[in-house]
Amino acid sequence: MTLPTPAPGKTRREIHEARARQRGIVIASLSTLCVVAAVVLLVPLAPGWEAVQKSFFNGEIFLRTFPKLLQAFLLDVAIFAWCAPLIAVWALVIALCRDVRNPALYPLRLFAVLYTDIFRGVPVVLVVYLIGFGVPGLGLPRPWNSPYIWGSLALILTYSAYVAEIYRSGIESIHASQRAAALSLGMSKSDAMRFVILPQALRRVVPANMNMFIALQKDVALLSFIGPVEVLRQAGVFKSLLANFTPYVVAAIIFLCVTIPATRYADYLIAKQNRARS
Amino acid sequence: MRLMTLTAILALSAGSALAQNACATGKTLKEGVLTVATGNPAYFPWVLEDDPNSQSGFESAVAYKVAEKMGFKSDQVEWVRTSFDEAIQPGAKNFDVNLQQFSITEDRAKVVDFSAPYYSAAMAVLTTKPVVEGGATPDLASLKTLKWGAQASTTAVPMLQDLIGPDSDPLLYNDNADVVEAMKSNQIDAALFDLPTALYLSAVTLENGALLGQFPADRTQNPDRFGMLMSKDNPLKECVDAALTEITSDGTLDLLEDEWLAQNTGVPVIK
Amino acid sequence: MTHLVLRNIQKSFGNKTVIDDLDLEVAEGDMVCLIGASGSGKSTLLRCINLLEPIDDGYIELDGLDISDPELDPQPVRQRIGLVFQSFNLFPHMTAEENVMLAPRRIKRLSREQLRPDISALFQRFGLSEHMQHYPDQLSGGQQQRVAIIRALAMQPEIMLFDEITSALDPELVGEVLDVLRQLKAQGMTMVMATHEMGFAREVADKVCFLSGGRILEQGPPEQLFGNPQQARTQAFLSAVL
Ligand SMILES: Nc1ncnc2c1ncn2[C@@H]1O[C@H](COP(=O)(O)OP(=O)(O)OP(=O)(O)O)[C@@H](O)[C@H]1O
Ligand SMILES: [Mg+2]
Repeated sequence: MTLPTPAPGKTRREIHEARARQRGIVIASLSTLCVVAAVVLLVPLAPGWEAVQKSFFNGEIFLRTFPKLLQAFLLDVAIFAWCAPLIAVWALVIALCRDVRNPALYPLRLFAVLYTDIFRGVPVVLVVYLIGFGVPGLGLPRPWNSPYIWGSLALILTYSAYVAEIYRSGIESIHASQRAAALSLGMSKSDAMRFVILPQALRRVVPANMNMFIALQKDVALLSFIGPVEVLRQAGVFKSLLANFTPYVVAAIIFLCVTIPATRYADYLIAKQNRARS
Repeated sequence: MRLMTLTAILALSAGSALAQNACATGKTLKEGVLTVATGNPAYFPWVLEDDPNSQSGFESAVAYKVAEKMGFKSDQVEWVRTSFDEAIQPGAKNFDVNLQQFSITEDRAKVVDFSAPYYSAAMAVLTTKPVVEGGATPDLASLKTLKWGAQASTTAVPMLQDLIGPDSDPLLYNDNADVVEAMKSNQIDAALFDLPTALYLSAVTLENGALLGQFPADRTQNPDRFGMLMSKDNPLKECVDAALTEITSDGTLDLLEDEWLAQNTGVPVIK
Repeated sequence: MTHLVLRNIQKSFGNKTVIDDLDLEVAEGDMVCLIGASGSGKSTLLRCINLLEPIDDGYIELDGLDISDPELDPQPVRQRIGLVFQSFNLFPHMTAEENVMLAPRRIKRLSREQLRPDISALFQRFGLSEHMQHYPDQLSGGQQQRVAIIRALAMQPEIMLFDEITSALDPELVGEVLDVLRQLKAQGMTMVMATHEMGFAREVADKVCFLSGGRILEQGPPEQLFGNPQQARTQAFLSAVL
């Protein structure tokens, strides 16, 4: 029996792992290839494929509608851009209200508890409808009855409820000894929160909030229910004029171009944080 | 039990009536039955009280007349409800013909078949009394300055741009009720609808509603004409068209229009 | 001259009594060492003195002021009493210098510029000048613990409490931290420390207290307590750890 002679500079284990890795890559490529081939070859064999292709993947309509849809998407981005910072701030106010211990301020705490319960319990689209049509219906003068204002407010109120809970989980994840250390120095409770607990907590919840904000970017489209012509609505208009669903596919692709990189980035941040903690 | 036997007998007699439907034989979804689709809900004055079986309302009445000409008795007409999306999506349809104020357009005709038109709609400007009192007048210069809304899935959207070209971007909504809601909360001044719908909304749903004016059907290059929608290359189309031609030329269609859509006169024409 | 006086201190968590009718006097400039088995109540006692834990009964007097009055605002009291923890508890998102400056800036309303000379001097004295701009995770355990001591000293407390500040450190780092305490002692700082460093307690303590079951079972000068313990329990503890 002859023992295999190890390659110079490599341990037996390294050689084994390199070989296993190579085998893994080959198998993964083959199986992916099989699945893709099956999809590409089999789906067009379906009897309705031609019709589906014509109404969902129509190249001519894709090119015709893309520029206008991309332009409409800018409105989504704008709504997102003014909602996101307001959510970040308002959610923090709610999160801090929930931590109030002073009995005189108990109503604040009660408010925050009810607030998060209610707004997390109602579908966003309902809030958009109720606030977007309801509040202007009270008889506000223009421009204060604009659906942009009240629709955005609906998104801000709803998302703040979720983000406030994320903040709170972040605050609770900071060990009590940090607070004790700050208090032992004679700092006030609010200073301990502001300078010691919050900066650490906010940093810790960045990845979780990233996911929330990705969801927000998609839910901005709900504002179309109360009037604004953003990408989803524009796609709907094209759909009914052209009797074709391709504009929806275009809109989906535009969304993905933004949300996939953002999702990847959030995953990267989470992985980085997990590495740092272990 | 009684009811079931009755239905069975009716179905049988429907089957025996088959022989007369020369053109439509074998071309409908169910033998001896014409399946007609309407909206959910269906609105006045197209269908009265959301009950298409009543033969009351313009589209309901037209459907029964066309069916009759094709050889279907009134008990051989069955109604289903579809949304616009269901009407145009690929795959099998659950109706023979679908009429819910679908405008005939070239682009749509690439995907579905339309019958000959059964109505040419004038477009009308729905607004509220305060807006009229605020100085809005039925001429383009005045209309341009208004804040506009429309129902997103109708041809009113491109017409708004073609006919008026408003100064600010219009707001678009899922259905008529939402357009009215936006008008009530003063988010929009005016909305563009086909005249019969506009008349109904101003009279019934919109408090303080007013019709500022209309664009007659012949005003544009592509007037808004309603056709019955069918699946692409539907062999039934020739039968439907023949029936429509018949009721158009013998004056029946005009009579129905007078009966159900009569109040259309008296709305000022926009200059 | 008696600086800190504890009378009949009672403290329990739920129905578990942790400090039981405890008396203690700490004279100005003295160093008092608390020794005793794990769970005997050393940390709890120090946290009570700093008012991080409210006591159930008894009195704590600091320079004649009853600081255990539940109606009293604890903040100004804590400013007079420094506490250093076993696990350092530095603020990880701040540099060493910011850790030290935070409390004086917020409480005494001093600017960084006003604080810098004194604080640089403190860092220098404890051999940490080149680490002022480092974050806690860039420092060794011994360095972190010295920063924590500087942080407490920066508030210029009258009395310092140390809770087993060397027990989380590798043996070779213990010395540098104990040197700091020797310096403070030489300066005349009043100190109470919970410790397992018997050799150090013997060397610098003015008084050593043996805690058991939340009581001070025996106390006295180190020579006496280590050389000639009176109680059987003290003897057993000392023979186990020495
Ligand atoms: N917050 C708390 N809630 C409940 N029990 C507590 C709490 N803090 C301390 N204890 C209990 O009080 C007792 C005394 O704890 P303490 O930390 O004061 O002991 P110690 O003498 O410092 O011990 P060690 O040498 O291990 O640090 C222990 O039994 C502990 O379990
Ligand atoms: Mg302890």
